[in-house]
Amino acid sequence: MTVGVCNAVRELEEVTGRKLLDERGRLIHPQNGATGTDIYVSTSSAGGGLQMLVMGVVKSMTAESAERAALGAGAIVMDTICSNDRRLPYQQIARIRQLRPDMILLAGGVDGGTVSHVAKLAELVAAARPTPRLGLGFRLPLVYAGNRLAMSEVNAILADCVDIHPVANVRPVLESENLGPARDAIHDLFMEHVMAQAPGYDKLKTWAHIPIMPTPGAVGKLVETVARDRGISVLGVDIGGATTDVFSVFQGQFNRTVSANLGMSYSVGNVLTSAGFSNVARWMTTNLPDHDVRNRIKNKIIRPTTIPHLLEDLIIEQALAREALRLSLEQHAAFATSLKGVQRRRTIAEAFAQSGSGETLVNMMELDLIIGSGGVLSHAPRREQAALMMIDAFLPLGVTQLAVDSIFMMPHLGVLSERAPEAAMQVFWRDCLVPLGAVVAPAGRARIGRILLECTIRRKGDGRPETVTLTGGTLVRVPLGEGEEAEITIKPARGVNVGAGSGKPVTRSVTGGKVGMIFDGRGRPIQFDPDPVRRRAKLAEWARAIGAMD
Amino acid sequence: MAHAYTPGLRVAERAHIRKRRMLPIRGNVLVARGARVSAKDIVARTDLPGNVQLVNIAHNLGIEPADVPSKMRVELHKPIRKGDLLAENIGLFGLFRSSVYAPSDGTIESVSKVTGQALLRELPIPLEVTAYISGEVTEVIEDEGVEITTEGTFIQGIIGIGGEKLGTIHVLAKSPEDTLQPDAIDESCRGKVIVGGARAPLQTYLRAADIGAVGLVLGSFDDSDLGSILGYDLGIAITGGEDLTTTLILTEGFGELAMARKTFDLLGSLHGQAASINGATQIRAGVIRPEIIVSRHQTGERAEVTASTETAVGARVRIIRQPHFGSIATIRALPPEPVVIESGATVRVMTVELPDGTLHTLPRANVELIEE
Repeated sequence: MTVGVCNAVRELEEVTGRKLLDERGRLIHPQNGATGTDIYVSTSSAGGGLQMLVMGVVKSMTAESAERAALGAGAIVMDTICSNDRRLPYQQIARIRQLRPDMILLAGGVDGGTVSHVAKLAELVAAARPTPRLGLGFRLPLVYAGNRLAMSEVNAILADCVDIHPVANVRPVLESENLGPARDAIHDLFMEHVMAQAPGYDKLKTWAHIPIMPTPGAVGKLVETVARDRGISVLGVDIGGATTDVFSVFQGQFNRTVSANLGMSYSVGNVLTSAGFSNVARWMTTNLPDHDVRNRIKNKIIRPTTIPHLLEDLIIEQALAREALRLSLEQHAAFATSLKGVQRRRTIAEAFAQSGSGETLVNMMELDLIIGSGGVLSHAPRREQAALMMIDAFLPLGVTQLAVDSIFMMPHLGVLSERAPEAAMQVFWRDCLVPLGAVVAPAGRARIGRILLECTIRRKGDGRPETVTLTGGTLVRVPLGEGEEAEITIKPARGVNVGAGSGKPVTRSVTGGKVGMIFDGRGRPIQFDPDPVRRRAKLAEWARAIGAMD
Repeated sequence: MAHAYTPGLRVAERAHIRKRRMLPIRGNVLVARGARVSAKDIVARTDLPGNVQLVNIAHNLGIEPADVPSKMRVELHKPIRKGDLLAENIGLFGLFRSSVYAPSDGTIESVSKVTGQALLRELPIPLEVTAYISGEVTEVIEDEGVEITTEGTFIQGIIGIGGEKLGTIHVLAKSPEDTLQPDAIDESCRGKVIVGGARAPLQTYLRAADIGAVGLVLGSFDDSDLGSILGYDLGIAITGGEDLTTTLILTEGFGELAMARKTFDLLGSLHGQAASINGATQIRAGVIRPEIIVSRHQTGERAEVTASTETAVGARVRIIRQPHFGSIATIRALPPEPVVIESGATVRVMTVELPDGTLHTLPRANVELIEE
């Protein structure tokens, strides 16, 4: 592990001209003039990251809270086992035995509630006698974050087969969660047990000035910090080869999900299977036979490191990326909800709206910023393609800023924000993010050719207003350079909503970027022409309108 | 000179092959270091813990969980048979008797007075590990397994389905570009590892399975045909656990791709020889590729694979993505500067020469070195 770190640091030395390693290959600390560094931070996804099994009593209550705690700590949740998951006990036991996780998080019951349900879950673990994935020489760690009254019983059942770490209940009462202690315990155990199996880890641990964090946990921390500092709603997505991570902060609440088999190489075949061929094909401007497209996609899963050389292959990959992102957001929205099972007093308006507990927090009209990360977005041949992929997949509403992560710096800034939050934020906004611009999109279906809105743009430092008219079925791009700011006043037509309600005007400040401003009049959801020739022509027209293709 | 690291699939006529044959849990190793084994020999054996059943005694007897231990009629960890009385509750004056009987053979592992459940573990499941390849036992890992070493031919495929099989190589195709039709397969293919050429339709695979062929090796196959065999669409390349009569191994990929000439010729030279094959594939960290192994039992001569995985001018490569997918080419230049390719991406490239003498610029990521 330290060999890789030293190689990377040497490259940094070459680029910066600053001496960072001493003669013995150790980091120079603290800095002294033109040598050394004040702080070294590190994240790790060694060994495929932290893989956890989560258990709770009721699927939509304690099990969901436990899952949130595990995901927030940066884990991949391999399975969630609960009393009402419709599996028989022997099936649950077989599953625990088969999974071989790095760690188990066991929750269940509110404090002072019933003990027997949690004890039954503990019995499942005892029956399965699970072994850890890495390192056969130690006991599997189990974080117990359930009803504190059940602790002694859990201990009696599990003491001789797992290493129990009790923490405060993730759901002490139905009305609130307390995820912090479980998350912290998971981080600590990740360091002690999982990471300890990686060669060189002990040495690396002595170098790091802040505890090493699981990579997705660090990204989540940064997203949370950005949202809190600016008082905005943020959606962050990292689309990798095997998985897609989605992070969000809506109404001040952080959520993270991992779509374990939605990625662009190892699991790209699963994107095709999950989305369905027609959903992938609807984004393609090329006319290749279906079986040829299928075979090309499957060849990518067996040769995952290859890259699209031909334009038609790039079109296929970007079509798959749209669907992977769309499905990941769907899964995220289903998970990022207000607490379920909570009794609350409702107003008459809420009663009529049939709203209750457990509703998704993901509100695209409320969303201020989308950050895209991962090769297909960060390294798209044109930034316009990245912008269009995110718009097509996420279907933002109202006014939303778009950006991509330049070189996947977010995890490191997440760790740095623990020690130097201001420095982390400055680097984040100046160097990490590549601003693409802003997208303006009305909600609801759009009739082709109908005027949807008029927008007056006043660029900062330039008094002359500029007017844009958006009609149904079109995309319009207005240049607004990187760092340029403008105030926009949107006057929607009758029945059209851009955030303030049907037909009501909205005034917002926007910041430009590599693409500028995009006005999206294609409606929500986007309407596709059933005729394939006309559909492909329309797709090409939209892509050309914003410069995503010639 | 510019270099790049581009590993390829191994296709080696003579290789030093080592295979670890491990038990999933501790057990008994049945062979000693230095012993010669044949592929079918059993080298290790263990008993997997039996399945468990949770028997809700409290619920079935209609009593409180705390009372369950006193109502049990069997001892912990003692063998019981299906139908044995597990627990009994006798009501007032011996009336209203209720009983719980063992749902299967096994032992009672624990009884909880909190949940009122008894944990019944069924009988252990015996598991045996075979040698899989013929060779010499070169290492014994106490209670866990062995390492078997042999000299022989080692051919990796790109993807396969189906597990370990043993059979004789039976080459049916005349050239690596051939399509293997179902009528080429007859009774003589039973128990054999059939070698085709470029591809075969689904019917050929089904015919091979009907006849009882243990393997089918092809250059390529159609993805939807593979889905028909599996019964689902392959989303992630993790295979090997399928219960198939005929293991399928593809050497090139999906679509219509001729088998690499070298692979085809090598398989041709092995016609009639006993082979160990495995379709198991895992394309993630710790890559596993399907394989065809023919042990030759040669001793005294170690045939280490000497191929380099460093790509340099003059090296031969296989192109593994469109355009020219499947073609063999020779590297003519490795320009250090990134170049804009047709898709618009700026990437590191190489210039290669195809057999027809034409020169092409390709992303370095889209070739693999032919290990010779």
